[in-house]
Amino acid sequence: MLSHGMKQAGSISLNHLQGVIFAILNPWVAIGILLLLAFFSTYMTALSWADLTYVLPATSLGYVLLALVARFLLHEHVSPLRWLGIALITGGVGFIAGGPVLTEHPKAAELDDQCAVAATSSPLLSKDASSRAPNGVRS
Amino acid sequence: MKGVYTWGAILAIVFASVVGDVLLARAMKQVGDVGALRRRVGLLGVIRRTLGNPHFLFGVIAMAVAFFSLLFALSWGDVSLVAPAAASLTFIGNAVAAKIFLHERVDRRRWIAASLVAAGVALLAG
Repeated sequence: MLSHGMKQAGSISLNHLQGVIFAILNPWVAIGILLLLAFFSTYMTALSWADLTYVLPATSLGYVLLALVARFLLHEHVSPLRWLGIALITGGVGFIAGGPVLTEHPKAAELDDQCAVAATSSPLLSKDASSRAPNGVRS
Repeated sequence: MKGVYTWGAILAIVFASVVGDVLLARAMKQVGDVGALRRRVGLLGVIRRTLGNPHFLFGVIAMAVAFFSLLFALSWGDVSLVAPAAASLTFIGNAVAAKIFLHERVDRRRWIAASLVAAGVALLAG
């Protein structure tokens, strides 16, 4: 969405920053920003449940989606090497999400509430939270 | 020349988003479990508590810097180059930053996953 809008808006020069304002008024960019807001709120929720190093690789599935969108909607060229990259990302995310680490240290953000409670009460996360929340929000 | 601009903007994205991610993660760990908190103080309470967190504020500012760097980069280069390249470096930076500043236990499985994902997005960039 953003790419589509920015390509319409044209190349922005550092000397003509008012171009940024026109870019934001472009409906494609506006829709893109709205979707990013939705992403942001769910991302923050996930971060409250799980480690950054868990959430971040999981969100990288978005880049697989992005490549597919770039290929089929923006009609950009996707080479075999890029398809391999898509496979690697998918494998990496599967590696972190599907392995035994999930049962030993349940930190799955996208699972149900019960799992989330279990995650926040795990020793590692509780220790982190209590040591960084002097105002006692968590305790 | 456009390539130089694009990669400069990509580096700006990486730095700003690593800083932003670490600050946001720290903020949300301070705010606590959103699900449990919502049952206690309601959705507005959660939002108020999140917005009132200073780490969240600075994290959002860093993310805004990253976002406008992304807009600049996208106006200079393809989305299928800019987004994966910036993301690839962001994953490496974030894994290191999370270990150092958030004291997360980045075990071997997470390193492998982070490297796989970073390699994947690097391939996407190439």
